[in-house]
Amino acid sequence: MQALTDVEEIARRVLSGDRKSIAKAITIIEDNTAESKRLIASIYPSTGRAQIIGLTGPAGSGKSTLIEKIVQEYRRKGKTVGVIAVDPTSPFTGGAFLGDRIRMQELSTDLGVFIRSMATRNYLGGIAKATKDAVKVLDAAGKEIIIVETVGAGQSEVEIIKVAQTIVVIHAPGLGDEIQAIKAGIMEIADIFVVNKADRENANKAVMDIQSILQLNNKEATWKPPILKTTALTGEGVPELIEKIEEHRRFLEKEIGRKRSLGKAEAEFIEAIKEKVVNSIIDDLKKEGRFEEFLEKIIAKEMDPASAAEKLLHEKLRRH
Amino acid sequence: MQSTRKIRVLIAKPGLDSHDRGAKVVARALRDAGMEVIYTGLRQTPEQIVETALQEDVNVIGLSILSGAHKALFPRIMELLKREGLTDVMVFAGGIIPEEDIQEMKNLGIKEIFGPGTPTETIIQYVMENIQERT
Amino acid sequence: MVVFSEKKIKEIREERQRWEKTTLPNWVKQCPERKKEFRNHSGMLLKGLYTPEDVKTLDYLQDLGFPGEYPFTRGLHATMYRGRLWTMRMFAGFGTAEDTNKRFKYLLREGESGLSTAFDYPTIMGYDSDHPMARGEVGLCGVVISSLKDMEILLDGVPLDKVTTSMTINGPAAMLLAMYVAVGDKQGVPREKLGGTTQNDMLKEYFAQKLCIFPPKPSVKLVTDIIEYCARYLPKWNPISISGYHIREAGANAVQELAFTLYDGIAYVESTLERGLKVDDFAHRLSFFFASHNDFFEEIAKFRAARRLWARLMKERFHAKNPRSMWMRMHIQTSGCTLTAQQPLNNIIRTTIQALAAVLGGTQSLHTNSFDEALCLPTEEAVRVALRTQQIIAHESGATNTADPLAGSYYVEALTNEMEEKAMDYIQKIDDMGGAIVAIEKGFLQKEIADSAYKYQKEVDEKKRIIVGLNEYTIEEEKCPIELLRVDPKVEKQQVVKLQKLKRERNNRKVKESLEKLHYSAEKDENLMPTIIEAVKAYATLGEITDVLRKVYGEYKELIII
Repeated sequence: MQALTDVEEIARRVLSGDRKSIAKAITIIEDNTAESKRLIASIYPSTGRAQIIGLTGPAGSGKSTLIEKIVQEYRRKGKTVGVIAVDPTSPFTGGAFLGDRIRMQELSTDLGVFIRSMATRNYLGGIAKATKDAVKVLDAAGKEIIIVETVGAGQSEVEIIKVAQTIVVIHAPGLGDEIQAIKAGIMEIADIFVVNKADRENANKAVMDIQSILQLNNKEATWKPPILKTTALTGEGVPELIEKIEEHRRFLEKEIGRKRSLGKAEAEFIEAIKEKVVNSIIDDLKKEGRFEEFLEKIIAKEMDPASAAEKLLHEKLRRH
Repeated sequence: MQSTRKIRVLIAKPGLDSHDRGAKVVARALRDAGMEVIYTGLRQTPEQIVETALQEDVNVIGLSILSGAHKALFPRIMELLKREGLTDVMVFAGGIIPEEDIQEMKNLGIKEIFGPGTPTETIIQYVMENIQERT
Repeated sequence: MVVFSEKKIKEIREERQRWEKTTLPNWVKQCPERKKEFRNHSGMLLKGLYTPEDVKTLDYLQDLGFPGEYPFTRGLHATMYRGRLWTMRMFAGFGTAEDTNKRFKYLLREGESGLSTAFDYPTIMGYDSDHPMARGEVGLCGVVISSLKDMEILLDGVPLDKVTTSMTINGPAAMLLAMYVAVGDKQGVPREKLGGTTQNDMLKEYFAQKLCIFPPKPSVKLVTDIIEYCARYLPKWNPISISGYHIREAGANAVQELAFTLYDGIAYVESTLERGLKVDDFAHRLSFFFASHNDFFEEIAKFRAARRLWARLMKERFHAKNPRSMWMRMHIQTSGCTLTAQQPLNNIIRTTIQALAAVLGGTQSLHTNSFDEALCLPTEEAVRVALRTQQIIAHESGATNTADPLAGSYYVEALTNEMEEKAMDYIQKIDDMGGAIVAIEKGFLQKEIADSAYKYQKEVDEKKRIIVGLNEYTIEEEKCPIELLRVDPKVEKQQVVKLQKLKRERNNRKVKESLEKLHYSAEKDENLMPTIIEAVKAYATLGEITDVLRKVYGEYKELIII
């Protein structure tokens, strides 16, 4: 068997749905090697079919348990599913503890489900890009539903969840600090709110808290985010949640769907251009030695960084 | 291009043994040494362990068992790894594995057995020195 | 009224300060201390000297009192071991019921005073020996009991009106207790005479021992079912052994072991009160189970603090009136995690020190580990040495000649006070959090334990904590000097055949009916003991009964904190 060293070969096998190749492909993306660009180029044409759902919420909200039930429900409907669970990399040690799959381990032997744990790794381009690319791999491999899970705690994690078409924000009563636990950035982009552990006493209060904040934030929106109740442990409320997700999907297709996906593609395109431009200019400047020269001036306080950048780029762009 | 390559480790507890203090301490030590550690909790079947290793594309699997059931479970795990073409994954084990069983386990393909009292630093060093370049 | 007058304390303080300025530094110059700081396992900073100043608030009558009287710091019984020695109860179990029955009889012959049963993993998790999850595990870590038939063999020749039996079982505790009751019925022993203990402490499973089948709420319900049933029908049975041992073994320090165990106790008292029972109806039968670890004085202080703290909680928080409701009866096991695989004979010394601490701490019952237990289950020879350890302490050491011999030691009393204080801090914290189940869901207890476990390992790795034979005083060539006990792999096959035979020969209609009855009863949230006893007597298997409950309650998945 040809070893999976050739990126083209890996890409080809990803398109045929081979699990090992999917895993290797995601690793290539995570490792951000030179091959990852070629990989994405090869599989990009086959993406765009999957429905991407983002799920975020504070620790203790029962996210992973809920995801397990959601996946089971989709499996019952005959869909194949990919799950990406994102956890933070320690800024001190560079290591990460990836423990989200434990709640979904029963699913690991269901070949129609692919679960991958990713660490934020302090990527140069931000974790969001790596997650987006990993989603592309699962998409190209034919997974009809892709779920991205994060804790939603940091700004970069808010960015991650934007990869999704439908963003579900989950909360649970009694987590202390109630709604403050849902970061501001997340509230704005949520499409569906879920109050899990709905069998608890203060579940209704949690619902009302979210309602009042939504009313405050109410801009002219054509989709009003509903607030659902679930009890992930028993599965209660999950079919209704799936229903709502489907409803949102239909809404996207009809109404602002095209506008949204245009916006997403544009944002990704601009990001890619930015990255290429920035990297190539900095590479040149370093090669020419100009970068270090100006860096010394900044350290010696002869110039501030912004002025240094302007001068340097003025020179460079002039020459073009 | 800045590469962000990391060592990915699966720490697994096969069978019904519920003593997870050692597995958790090792998981934490490996994380603190800069690795990405996937820990899937207690009571994992060989099938779950191998499929997880495949999906997570791990470099290393650490098996922890104190119940004596390694004689039944380890052969099955190693067999499944072979079947899935995961023979480049380095497998080590720890827990209570009597000395007289160690050679048998190594013959199955388990590279090293770390008995009770092994310093975590020993395990970290071993992993770093022995993982293969990924194929 | 405090023991030392203020005037006396002042005098002593002045003299102590003088000593610190003169005698002490002269000595330190010649002989500096071996470490910068001396701390015990809980991290308490220990002084080089303890004086009456350290116990100046100690009020003898309020804080110590007399053995047999509130607050029971000095012991539960007025004469302590002068009247009756602790129960020597050696944990045993492996292979088939026949194998363990043999070991039981051996231990009774050699002088143990009560039985204690270890079950294998499949039994503990409510799986029959033919379940896929049981493959390779049958009979390895304990005895396999899949039905009443096995229990009958296990207890063959054991008179249940004379011998008390402890059963270390949690998830399926109701089923195993039901089997025990059924055997008692067969022997013709009145149920009021059956004596023993079921561990039956599910809360600690969620953050320590991890042998959980169902989620927390239904598990606590089952625990309370057993407490309630015993209060009414099995008055000599200890329905629960509220355990700190596993919490300690999972990595907690002594204060955490004490605090979390007591909190579990609080939770169970509350859950039983919710059933409508009065505290004095059942509290006298709650028992406790602690570890005895290496730091000799810390452990003794822990046991004394535990007794005093529980007595105070029962009196002040739960308004118990009967002194027996305030008793903390404890079983202690020497610590397994302190044993080394290297130079295993050293473990005999460790176990001896730990056992002595338990005796000086006033335990009611004691299990001593065998020296080979870091390698395997104990052989007959090893377990005999462990039993002899207790007997030598009892008859040769003089430790039993008086009650609470260390009372009044400035060090021990200071430690006892500090233990109690720090444990109360945790108890307050968990109260503020909303109770035990919330603390478990938040992962608070798990995080405390994981952090302690990691800290301990780091200390060992960095040689800040010396373990003889392991990181110091090691030997080059360790040859295994002892015979190991191996369980015959044929046990699993034998059990499967037995099960098939049982299912053929029993009245399957009766089994089906009893299981349906159980399902119905569980849905209606009734006390399940009577229906479980019925199912067990019809020879429904352990797995069959557990599966009914799995359907009703669901299965638990743990929250991981490393």
